[in-house]
Amino acid sequence: MSALTQNVLWRGTARVMGLVGIRGRTLVIAVPMLWLLLFFLVPFVVLGRISLAEPMIARPPYSPLWERGPDGSLQIIASLENYRFLLSDALYRNAYLSSIRIAVVSTVFALLIGYPIAYFIARSPEPRRSVLLLMVILPFWTSFLLRVYAWMGFLRREGVINNTLVGLGVIDEPLVLMQTDLAVYIGIVYTYLPFMILPLYANLVKLDSALLEAAGDLGASPMVTFFTVTLPLSLPGIVAGSMLVFIPAIGEYVIPALLGGPDTLMIGRVLWDEFFSSRDWPVASAVAIVMLFLVVAPIMWLQSVQNRRALD
Amino acid sequence: MARGWFLPLAVTLGLAFLYAPILSLVVFSFNESRLVTVWGGFSTRWYGELLEDAQILGSAWISLKVAFFSACLATIIGTLGAFVLVRFHRFWGRMLLVAMLTAPLVMPEVITGLSLLLMFVASETFLNSHPLTSGLFPGRGVVTIVIAHTTFCAAFVAVIAQSRLRDMDQSLEEAARDLGAGPVRVFFDITLPVIAPALVSGWLLAFTLSLDDLVIASFVSGPGASTLPMVIFSKVRLGVSPDVNALATIMIAIVAVAVIAAGLLMRRSARQRTS
Amino acid sequence: MSDSALAADTKPWRSAAARPFISIRNITKRFDDVTAVDDVSLDIYQGELFCLLGGSGCGKSTLLRMMAGFETPTAGQILIDGQDMAGVPADKRPTNMMFQSYALFPHMSVEKNVAYGLLREGKSRAEAYGRVAEMLKLVKLEAQARRKPHQLSGGQRQRVALARALVKQPKLLLLDEPLGALDKKLREETQFELIRIQETLGVTFIVVTHDQDEAMTLATRIGVMNEGVIRQIGEPREIYESPNSRYVADFIGSVNLFEGQVADTAAPIAVETGDLGVMQAQGSDGSVTAGQTVWLALRPERIALSRAEPAAKPGLNVLPGVVEDVAYMGHMSHFRVRLANGRMLRVTMSNRLHDEDPITWDEAVFASWAASAMRVLVE
Repeated sequence: MSALTQNVLWRGTARVMGLVGIRGRTLVIAVPMLWLLLFFLVPFVVLGRISLAEPMIARPPYSPLWERGPDGSLQIIASLENYRFLLSDALYRNAYLSSIRIAVVSTVFALLIGYPIAYFIARSPEPRRSVLLLMVILPFWTSFLLRVYAWMGFLRREGVINNTLVGLGVIDEPLVLMQTDLAVYIGIVYTYLPFMILPLYANLVKLDSALLEAAGDLGASPMVTFFTVTLPLSLPGIVAGSMLVFIPAIGEYVIPALLGGPDTLMIGRVLWDEFFSSRDWPVASAVAIVMLFLVVAPIMWLQSVQNRRALD
Repeated sequence: MARGWFLPLAVTLGLAFLYAPILSLVVFSFNESRLVTVWGGFSTRWYGELLEDAQILGSAWISLKVAFFSACLATIIGTLGAFVLVRFHRFWGRMLLVAMLTAPLVMPEVITGLSLLLMFVASETFLNSHPLTSGLFPGRGVVTIVIAHTTFCAAFVAVIAQSRLRDMDQSLEEAARDLGAGPVRVFFDITLPVIAPALVSGWLLAFTLSLDDLVIASFVSGPGASTLPMVIFSKVRLGVSPDVNALATIMIAIVAVAVIAAGLLMRRSARQRTS
Repeated sequence: MSDSALAADTKPWRSAAARPFISIRNITKRFDDVTAVDDVSLDIYQGELFCLLGGSGCGKSTLLRMMAGFETPTAGQILIDGQDMAGVPADKRPTNMMFQSYALFPHMSVEKNVAYGLLREGKSRAEAYGRVAEMLKLVKLEAQARRKPHQLSGGQRQRVALARALVKQPKLLLLDEPLGALDKKLREETQFELIRIQETLGVTFIVVTHDQDEAMTLATRIGVMNEGVIRQIGEPREIYESPNSRYVADFIGSVNLFEGQVADTAAPIAVETGDLGVMQAQGSDGSVTAGQTVWLALRPERIALSRAEPAAKPGLNVLPGVVEDVAYMGHMSHFRVRLANGRMLRVTMSNRLHDEDPITWDEAVFASWAASAMRVLVE
């Protein structure tokens, strides 16, 4: 930054603050605070309030929070009807459960695929380590949507996989790969694999190789060393990586919409359809609030585990 | 863990898994056939069609605008937030700010998008219900997308800026105070230049995240303001489409060039440091 | 010029009439429930090079940071040249600080670093850079003016930090572990360089250090700190020769301590130490009372070892023992001698004369020292 820009920035800021007459500290706190209050916290309040409203044919399509009764008194209109509806309707229950199932299965696969890769990178000598790490991160910088789209070309009936297998004579008839749960698993694992590898790598690279040598010296085979030393020590990396895959997976919309079949139920997709197709804003809001707890719960659990560990 | 074949094989397969779909995208973008994955000879016709597609070009321009403004605003707000959290230890609402600056990192996009849209609709209704403020709401479109993207990108910038501020030797700021600079002067003279590399990374990350976002933009956008991912999504929902392959190839090329350039720049500055 | 006038001139703290330049009055600093500095009072005079000496966490850095204005005292007052510093922010104080990490601005060249403070004062660029050039000459860095900090060696960085802190001609320079990041050899050279610069400019220095050799070399006076309290203030010789407590005696150098009860208060004071018998120690009348529990401090180099028992003299302490360990250091040798009651006595003997038959392991020896070598400590 040039000295001139710095000077201009400094003088300008000082002048404005002098004119307004507020302490700098307050101003510095106020800017991010107000922005986030207005555009992060208030939207949640609105979301919560609309989840308690009734759908109406109006603009906007939900009932107002209060209305004046015949005697002019204020009556608050709020009901838990939408939540009761969510719980009673099998569609939503199944969508929540199947979202959790898909997220868990994908996380497990991402861990099984990501662990050996992270381990290998962490144990690699230097120029190779950086190159491999860069190769893992690189896809993250290209468009997420296009990476999911790439799998459509791979998995469809006339896609790369089927063409190759039929061409090689392995199968006679193309396999049904698209619009299945399998395609959704592949899409999630593919998209979030770098999120699993990076924390695992960061953890494994700190592992002192003297520990492995010591275990070997004390008579442990490489297999035993791995399960008794490496794996327990890398637990924090496993937890962090799993969270980074599980949390976005559970609310995923694009992957099930593009790769999943009509019966692949995921809650993000249900919310989207509820909002854009059924235009039932109150129910969509209630779906979002329940989903929020689904995401917050594992984070709270993780925090409490970490706090407990910090106390030990 | 078994030495020898297992790990290299796993890594090779893993990298193949990461890169094969991208490579096939690139290869089939030069395919003559409309069938995308059935080879019909080499051709660049889809690139030609892409360059004449006004909808794609228009939405790409909107996306770039949105990403630029969102990244700038997110860098300002994220940096201020990080500075406040790292340097001011006690103030009213500190825990609230921590929560609001962390939560967007883990918030499902559908929730962020929906809640922001509902807020925009509510405030539009509210503003238009009073004659004084009627017409103040800018209408849904580029402005609302920029606000939404700024909010979630600021959280990512804050993470990067916080770690840099924590690593920074705080006695640098004290030394400047000691030499007679006031707090604002210290921020612009010392803090900002020292953390500038982190802010550049933060800006780039915010830019990429904004450019990449489909879900939030779909919620908060209005008629006539479709971003590039929104246009791509509506195309590929119906199936594979060769001009999307061409578009993907161009984007991959841009990213590859940018990453290589950044790598070279970093290597050069590292060499300067050690010389 | 009489002797007392000379002392008052170069050692103003010896004169009751001298006016202190910095007055620290009953300063306390608490962080939550930790008391970092506990009711410290201290006077420092113009032109002094005062060392605050103590282990990590003793409060010495906090005290320094309160003088610089980076911490606000919980209670008490700091006066610099008669002016109360309460409410004066760091950038408005007549002090400058040299940081332990040097805190050189990494994005500015050496001369920009040094000029920074002058430009903040509103000096013209020409005047500022003229002064910078002078200052860089004083610290012998003219050739490196355009370099960035990361292109300098550790010793050069240290000198840039010093130049930057001195260029504004502060009334008081605060130095936080100024030599801590240098290796041993460079540290010894730099100590004398620091004294030279301090004497050239006549600025008052307050140095915080954990290194007692550094404090002994640099300081006009030392304040020994522990757990937020100053345990003793004095000239280096005074601190070493006449420590006021077991803590200071043990902290500075090496010491043998004996616990006992006062048997006779007339000089030399006789102290009954139980199984080691009565020992004689120097001490003034009335400083102790009969029967009081005291500790006797004895420096290892004040003890003589001999194979033959020395002739008894008034005021000479003699104890028999067996040499348990000898460490030959070249210029001196360290001995550990087991006394009759089993405890170890540390003895250091200079190898000034060539000895064909030095005392060695397992020899029966006599350790002897004069009463004047022993200090009586009451705490």
